[in-house]
Amino acid sequence: MSEPVWILGVSMLKFGRYPDKDVVDLGSEAALNAMTDAGVTIHDMGVMGVGCLYESNAMVGQRIQKQIGQTGIPVYNVANACATGASALRTVILTIKSGEADMGLAIGVEQMGKMGLLGGAARARTDEEGYERSGRYGAVMGTEGILGTNLMPGVFAQAGMEYANKYDGVGFEQFAKVAEKNHRHSELNPLAQYQKVFSLEEVMGAPMISYPNTLLMCCPTGDGAAAAVVVSDAKLKTLSIEQQKRAVKVAASVLTSDPWTEDGQVQPDVNTLTRNAADKAYELAGVGPQDLNLVELHDCFATAELLHYQNLRLCEDGGAGEFIDSGAPRRDGRTPVNVSGGLISKGHPLGATGIANVFEVTTHLRGEAGDRQVEGARVGMTHVIGLGSACSIHILERAAT
Amino acid sequence: MGKQISMVDYLVLDGDHPHLVANECTSCGATYWDRRVACAKCGGTSFRKKGMSSEGEVISFSIVHRAAPNVPTPYVSAVIHLDGGGAVKANVVDVEPDPGRVQLGMRVKLKTFPAGQDGQGTEAVAFGFAPA
Repeated sequence: MSEPVWILGVSMLKFGRYPDKDVVDLGSEAALNAMTDAGVTIHDMGVMGVGCLYESNAMVGQRIQKQIGQTGIPVYNVANACATGASALRTVILTIKSGEADMGLAIGVEQMGKMGLLGGAARARTDEEGYERSGRYGAVMGTEGILGTNLMPGVFAQAGMEYANKYDGVGFEQFAKVAEKNHRHSELNPLAQYQKVFSLEEVMGAPMISYPNTLLMCCPTGDGAAAAVVVSDAKLKTLSIEQQKRAVKVAASVLTSDPWTEDGQVQPDVNTLTRNAADKAYELAGVGPQDLNLVELHDCFATAELLHYQNLRLCEDGGAGEFIDSGAPRRDGRTPVNVSGGLISKGHPLGATGIANVFEVTTHLRGEAGDRQVEGARVGMTHVIGLGSACSIHILERAAT
Repeated sequence: MGKQISMVDYLVLDGDHPHLVANECTSCGATYWDRRVACAKCGGTSFRKKGMSSEGEVISFSIVHRAAPNVPTPYVSAVIHLDGGGAVKANVVDVEPDPGRVQLGMRVKLKTFPAGQDGQGTEAVAFGFAPA
């Protein structure tokens, strides 16, 4: 068993829209806030991991260094779809575990503005020059909308309906309840992009995007940043008592990709790699689902959250409908899920999301979450999934004091 | 009748008998719709063409209301398990795009339809699945 690593400081900018700033401004601000929270400076950092999906080829990490401190340390600019931020954090954790650095900085940042539906625009349906086959499927035209949909709301709708096909007691209403819950949770989170409560009827009656996902069951696009300072066990012991008390242990850090499944060849299988990641994380942390006091999971669409109740073993197989119906994932329930408001209401600036989840869980484990505090939280889980796919899970534990 | 071309490689028009053709791994039998380098299941590098069933079952669907500007909505996107193996994504056609009409587990069969025409008068033929 290797020495644990610790989260020493975290920060998150309110998710929303920042038309007058760029990813360098947002990422730098989050980084400085996290280092202030940790009681350290850029001169203490031995490595940086930076996730910014839409500018992943544009050296965002180095551009941030040119604002907050050019100290010559290695920077990894990481891209892994919606698991980008969590993957950036993991590069820092792994570097510290390897012994190459004793402290490091992870930054997740994204600026999406109002970019609308993600997942590939349609190509023209006619071709004046004459049809020619292209791509791995030899298509003569764009297939979106003709051979099904690959846009995100539809992909996740289909993932949810596959679950509904397998298990009774799951349908439109159960999916809608997830969104009603997360919108309600966000009312208490001042950092959420939206803080508006909607009734179940309003969620179900909102404009349909991709059945069964209505507008209020889809996460918004937006801008935001989050950052975390990670420290080795040995280094932490040299820091102040106050820093040690607020440090949160990384009990598990896991990243998986898709094992081969038949359906996965035509429709992203968000389940198998999540189950694999969860099982490995529980094993590494030596805890089980019943030990979790809160979970921040990847509710990019309401349908997705329901699947992950089962994938993360929060409920029995086939029990996800009953789980939401019982109120178990509500803030006052057995296993509070997405007390931040989740991606659905807190927002989902892609690169920032994975680290924002870590911010949320860390803040609860420290007892610093204010109005939305889950009382007595000692163990929490974060989960993100980037389609393609990449799944990252972290289990965090409060310092034993 | 003018010239026709199938919309994707894996749809073979074959006169009155349009059907789907997959690349099948000769080692483990895994099937794929795209051109292959190797088998993602077993690592084999040898493939043969396999004619796939034109009938199957809807195991998942979504009714898409919001799409790219040139895609007519609403429409039904589905994942279909083909009889005898293989999964495919396609639209469900000839059914009202209403959650009361599209059923999980419904039996469907392949149906081709024109999807467009190029400047040379060649018609692109796509496929969907209609209630069986």
